[in-house]
Amino acid sequence: MLQASEDRADALFHALADRTRRDILRRVFAGEHSVSTLAGAYDMSFAAVQKHVAVLERAGLLNKRRRGREALASGDVEAVRSASELLLELEGIWRGRIGRIEALLDQSSADDTRRGGATHTEKSKD
Amino acid sequence: MPVTDVTHDFESLNLTIVAEFAAPVQRIWDLYADPRQLEKVWGPPSHPATFVSHELTVGARTTYFMTGPEGEKYAGYWIVTLVEEPTRFCFDDGFADEDFNPNPDMPVSKNEFRFEAIDSGTRAIFSSTYESRQGLEKVLAMGVIEGASSAINQIDEFLLA
Repeated sequence: MLQASEDRADALFHALADRTRRDILRRVFAGEHSVSTLAGAYDMSFAAVQKHVAVLERAGLLNKRRRGREALASGDVEAVRSASELLLELEGIWRGRIGRIEALLDQSSADDTRRGGATHTEKSKD
Repeated sequence: MPVTDVTHDFESLNLTIVAEFAAPVQRIWDLYADPRQLEKVWGPPSHPATFVSHELTVGARTTYFMTGPEGEKYAGYWIVTLVEEPTRFCFDDGFADEDFNPNPDMPVSKNEFRFEAIDSGTRAIFSSTYESRQGLEKVLAMGVIEGASSAINQIDEFLLA
């Protein structure tokens, strides 16, 4: 089982370690794209783009389905996440913002003090 | 730690965070009203934000972009839907293309920010709601890709050093 998760991590990092593949991922997470539409967005051959899509598919990051003669690719996040993990991640983004607000407020009250115009100098710090 | 409470509501896909700041309500409001201050707190260090237009008046459209470690740009917009200076404002937050046209494939979140006076300064209540779980997943998947990108860049820098 450990071997399987190590293999999966290898596939995941290999897939993400390429600029074109990350760009393809951004597009397919934003909406389903046909492989030929994706190919048109890059200055490389259809076969090369198809290869990138296959690497992403093997890493479990992208799903493909067929519609007639077209191959449609979309990002696959459902498989790896639960709703609670999603909200936790969002919480992380917000905690980051709140930390930066606090830093900015500290910075501007320090600037006030330096200018000698502070009216709230007895600010306690815990 | 200024965060005092966090509520996740899986049914309504809402995240509410309560934080306390040692500054008056008007000071916190001013931070959100001033694009130069707001951009210092909105984007994570790996993706600093630039606010191109921003005004806290009902109907106003904020436009901003975040710049990633490889210079890639991600644009977003707000539509301000309610303003009660200095204690409350609401806005819809969505993704946009490079010309700031809303991207209809990406989800829009509804946000309500409230600021209350308390003895030690201000209690801020930030509430953010997504319409669908799929929408929330898309937003976070973007974040995960960017997070992986900046981690990979750090490894690259380390190897080049």
